[in-house]
Amino acid sequence: MSESQSGRLLPWALVTPALLWTLVFFIIPFVAMFVLSFMQHEDGRATFENYRQFFDNPSYWRALVNSLQVTLTVTAISVLLAYPFAWILAEIVPVRYQRLALMLAVLPFWTSYVVRSYSWLLVLAQNGVVNQALTGSGIVDDPLQIANTRGATIIGFVHFFVMLLTLTIFANLKQLSPSYRRAAADLGAGPVRVFLHVILPLTLPGIMVGAFLTFVLAIGDYITPQILGGNNELLMPQLIMMQIGRRGDFPLASALAIILMVVVTIAYIICSRWLKIERT
Amino acid sequence: MRAAGKILVSAYALAIYGFIFLPVVVLVLFSLQASSFPIPPFTGPSLRWYEVVLSDRRLMSALFNSVAVALLSSALAVALGFLAAWGFARHHLPRSGLMRGLITLPLTVSYLIIGMGLLIVFNWAGVPKSLIAAGIGHVVINLPLCFAIIYSQMGDHQVTLERAARDLGASEWKVLFLVSVPVLWPAIFASFFLAMTFSWDEFVIAFLLTRFDTTLPVEIWNLLRSGLNPRTNAIGSLVFGVSIVLALLLELVFFRRSR
Repeated sequence: MSESQSGRLLPWALVTPALLWTLVFFIIPFVAMFVLSFMQHEDGRATFENYRQFFDNPSYWRALVNSLQVTLTVTAISVLLAYPFAWILAEIVPVRYQRLALMLAVLPFWTSYVVRSYSWLLVLAQNGVVNQALTGSGIVDDPLQIANTRGATIIGFVHFFVMLLTLTIFANLKQLSPSYRRAAADLGAGPVRVFLHVILPLTLPGIMVGAFLTFVLAIGDYITPQILGGNNELLMPQLIMMQIGRRGDFPLASALAIILMVVVTIAYIICSRWLKIERT
Repeated sequence: MRAAGKILVSAYALAIYGFIFLPVVVLVLFSLQASSFPIPPFTGPSLRWYEVVLSDRRLMSALFNSVAVALLSSALAVALGFLAAWGFARHHLPRSGLMRGLITLPLTVSYLIIGMGLLIVFNWAGVPKSLIAAGIGHVVINLPLCFAIIYSQMGDHQVTLERAARDLGASEWKVLFLVSVPVLWPAIFASFFLAMTFSWDEFVIAFLLTRFDTTLPVEIWNLLRSGLNPRTNAIGSLVFGVSIVLALLLELVFFRRSR
């Protein structure tokens, strides 16, 4: 092989393994899932039946509606809780302690997903810490039913995403130059107006990125709703896993997964549009 | 007014810290429970459940499996990611943007869907459920991450070093392993440990793609069937400890140096 030939082949030798891996273990499985979603479970014939089932069966519909309600609630609560917290960390805490304060704030982020949801079960269970504190102090007479409800799912999600959003919003606030704030203050704006008209608009794109990330990760998660919410009401990932686990109905599971991906794509289109308007 | 504001700010920060730490504190505290239920009143401290867990052969083999899958899949993801990043950063390839997009595409898809797709293809190809299948899935989720991190760290100052080595007669492979790898070591190290933590924690792919021999998160999931159980607290606390050590290593080695 001549020098120039090996020179031309080398870059391909470098990038091909990663490309092949992605093709074989990501693209092909995805295409297979897509094709399968148009097949009959029993005999493998081509059909729209799986998608039709989703639109005809109200309990399947309900799972998507539940998923959207839970995810949007989680996103809103998480942003509202995380923003002031990130602001305190970035603006009030002395600079030399900020890194430590932030590290502490995201430490439980590193617990495994399954363990984190189980920990909330300990806290929220019928005879768990919260209920024993409430009944022990006489605030309520009978323990509250928190575990195995939508509320528990939301609490578990919010816990995770407050940490994630604190990280992204903190980074966003730190990137703001203090001269903006000073300029606004010099022109006579009070602290509230500085916040509403300067800081908030400048950090909005960052918030949107964090909110979108929250939406995507929460709507695709199976563990939190399964452990904390139980089976009283199903979210989309639970419905998908149920088709695989109990019934082995891969075509229907594939169709549901594709529908979930379409929803995420729509959310992305809405978010990206909104972001662009904000930037101009 | 100022004092009231200060109190309000401190109270809010403390409340959020309390919320963030509540489940972790409860988990670790009741892992030290002496009696058989991890609920108040606290009857410890006792290391009883840690002894039970550490002598549980299923859990310990799952722990070993998790470590093995995390190490091997992360090493492969870093190797593939590094080679590709080097290729794209140092050479002009046609449709480079499209190919880079392809490699990072799995980042946008949920683990559930990645796992399901692999399960369908493996079923069809007759590949049995195994730790290797789960490891393949973990490379799929970590390769884009490793690639993106290493690619973003490839600056122009390294090109000069590499050119100098080439001028002095080093072959391409020598340049790669004796110059580029050492220079990019922090990024390689960081992506390796990040991939380790993701693989170590990953549940749904391992759940779908393994059967008898499985990873620790799946084994913990199986424990959950028995309800609240101090054994789960103990193994959960151990897992948390390992993750914290990995996170601290990442912080100390990479982020300190990059500042």
